Amino acid sequence: MSFLTIFKVSLRSLGRNPVRSFLSCLGIGIGIVAVILAMAIGEGAKTMMVKEISSMGNNLMMVFPERRNKGPVSGGMGQGQTMTAGDAEAIKRELGHLVQGVSPQVRTTVQMMYGAKNWAGNVQGVSPDVLTISNWTVTDGRFFTDDETKLAARVCVIGTTVQSNLFGDDESPIGKIIRLKNMTFRVVGVLGSKGANNWGQDQDDVIMAPYTSVHRYLQRSKFNTVNMMNLSLVSMDDLDEAKREVAALLRQRHHLADWQDNDFETRDTTEIMNTIGSVTGIVGMLLLIFSVITLVVGGIGIMNIMLVSVTERIREIGLRMAIGATPRNILVQFILEAMVLSTVGGAAGVAIGIGASYVVGAAAGWPVLVEVTSAVYAFVISSVVGLFFGFYPAWRASKLNPIDCLRYE
Amino acid sequence: MAHLIEIRDMYKIYAIGDEPVHALDGVSLSVDDGEFVAIMGSSGSGKSTMLNILGCLDVPTKGSYLLDGLEVAKRSPAELARIRCMKLGFVFQNFNLLPRTSALENVELPDLYMGRLNRRERKARAMDLLARVGLKGREMHTPAQLSGGQQQRVAIARALMNNPPVVFADEPTGNLDTKSSIEIMNLFTELSNEGITIVMVTHEDDIAAYAKRHVVMRDGKVMRDDLNDGTGRKSQDEVARLVKEALA
Repeated sequence: MSFLTIFKVSLRSLGRNPVRSFLSCLGIGIGIVAVILAMAIGEGAKTMMVKEISSMGNNLMMVFPERRNKGPVSGGMGQGQTMTAGDAEAIKRELGHLVQGVSPQVRTTVQMMYGAKNWAGNVQGVSPDVLTISNWTVTDGRFFTDDETKLAARVCVIGTTVQSNLFGDDESPIGKIIRLKNMTFRVVGVLGSKGANNWGQDQDDVIMAPYTSVHRYLQRSKFNTVNMMNLSLVSMDDLDEAKREVAALLRQRHHLADWQDNDFETRDTTEIMNTIGSVTGIVGMLLLIFSVITLVVGGIGIMNIMLVSVTERIREIGLRMAIGATPRNILVQFILEAMVLSTVGGAAGVAIGIGASYVVGAAAGWPVLVEVTSAVYAFVISSVVGLFFGFYPAWRASKLNPIDCLRYE
Repeated sequence: MAHLIEIRDMYKIYAIGDEPVHALDGVSLSVDDGEFVAIMGSSGSGKSTMLNILGCLDVPTKGSYLLDGLEVAKRSPAELARIRCMKLGFVFQNFNLLPRTSALENVELPDLYMGRLNRRERKARAMDLLARVGLKGREMHTPAQLSGGQQQRVAIARALMNNPPVVFADEPTGNLDTKSSIEIMNLFTELSNEGITIVMVTHEDDIAAYAKRHVVMRDGKVMRDDLNDGTGRKSQDEVARLVKEALA
C-alpha cells in the first residue's frame, strides 16, 4: 500500500469525525497561536529597541573623563577636567584608520532669547563630525563648518523643539540672531527631528554650536576641557582594538605612568545592546518554555484522542488486518492521522497567530515582526509533536491481534 | 495433485491457568480447489480456532499448514498479512464493513493493501463485483443505508476483490433473517458453482446443507468428514485417515 494511499485513508478517517478532529486540532492550534504571537511581539519590541539604540549614533563609542570625587562627594560622569579638545583632535589625527569621526562635547544650560520669546535648554558644543556620528540630519539651512569651529564663530543650529518655541511655526529661523547668555549667535540650520529617545528625553530640545564657541562665549572657560567625546568607528568589528588604541593614546597624552589608572572611561552601544540581548534572551527562554508546555499539552490531547480512536475503531483495525493490512500499514495510518491533526492545527495556528500579531501590533502601536522562520518552525514542530504523541497509540494499534479485534464487542 | 489447503497434525494449545487447553488436538485436513466445505461443531469444538488458523489470522502451536503450496504455519504478523491479502478472502458474521464508507470503497479496500490495480481498474472491478452480488445501483450507499443481507453481499464482493484462491466465511448468516440467509447461501452456492473455493464455519445444519462437504469437529479433533451429495459417502480425506488408523 503506497504512502499516498495510506495518507488518503487517514484523511478519510478523520473526515468521518469532523467535530472531534477539529477539537483535537484546537489544542495545538491555540498553542501555536500563542507562540507566534509572543515571538512576533518579542521580536518587534527587540527591533524597536535596537533601532532606538542605533539612533544614538553610528558605530558609536563614547569617552568620558574619569569621575572625580571631592572628598566623599562623587563628581559624576563627565565632570572630570582631564579631557581636552586636543585629545579629540589627536584621536582624529592619529587613529584615522579606526575612527572616522570625532566630536568633543561640552554642555551648558542657557537661557535663549529671540525677540520677546525665551526658552531654557541645553547647548551642546560639538564639532561638525557629530552629524554622522549621531545620525543627525539638517532639514533647513546648513550645519556649521570645520572653519567656523576653528574660529569659534558664533553660529548655531537648533532642534525643532527650540525652533517652535523661539520662532513659532511661521517664521524661518535661518540667518536670525538669537541670544544665548546675552551673547548673540546666528542660527544657520535646523536639525531633523529625532523625537524622544528610549528614556523619554526630547532629543529635539537642543542647540548645537561649535565647542570652541561654547567654551569661549558661554562657559568663559580658561581651560579647554570637554565633558565627553563621541567617536564614530570605521567598523564595530574593530571596537576592541579602537578601545585599546584610544586608551594608549590618551594615557600617553595624559602622561600617565604604568601604575596609574586610566583617567577616562569608554562606553559603547554594544554594551547596551548586550543588556537588551540578555533581557530578550531571558524573555525568549520563557517563551520557549511556555511554548514547549503548550505543545506538550496539545500533544497529550492528540494522544488521548488517538488512544480513544484506536479503541473505538478496533473492529476496523481487525478488519483491515484481516484483509491484508500489515502492522506497518496500521502504524503509518494512525501516525499520519495524528500528524494531520497536529499539522492542520499548527497551520491554522500559524495563520491565526500572524493575523493576531498584526491586530495586537496595530492596537498597541508596536512594530510587529513576524519572521517566516518562526512560522516554518511552528509548522514543523507541530508535525513533530503529532509524530511523537501519535506514535504510542499507533504502535498499540499495530500490535493488536486481528482475531481479538474482530471479536471485540 | 497438491491440495489447495493441507494441514498436518496441527495443535493449538492455550495455557489457561495451569491447565493446557487443546483447542486443536492433532488435526489433519485437506481441501481441494473448488470445494465448498462446512466446518461444523458445537461451541468449544475448535472450529473457530481452526478457521482462524486456516485464515492465517492465528498461528498453530505445532503442525504444518500448506496453503496453495506455501508453508504458512510459522510466519510473522507482517508476512501473514501479505498472505491474507493475496490468498484469502473473508466474510464475517457481523459483516465488518467500514462505517460511513460507500459500498464501492468497502469493496475496493483489499486492493488498496494489495496495490495491484490502478484507480480506474480498481473501481471497475469493484463495480463488477457489486453487480455480480446483485447490488448494481447501490454502489454509493453506506452500510447504514443497506439491509443486513445487502451488507453481507458487499462483504462477499469485498472478499472476492483480490481474486483469492479461497474464501473463508465465519457464520455468514448468523446475523441475518431467514430470507436473507437463504439469499446469501444461494449466492455462495453460485460462487461455488463458478469454481470458487469456500470454507465456511457454521453450527446450523440447514446452512451447512448448502455445502458440499461437512467436517464435524469435537474437542479439537475432526469427528466426521462426509460428502454432502445425498449418498453419505466419506470424503477422501476421511477415508485416508481411517485407513491410516486401521493400519497403525
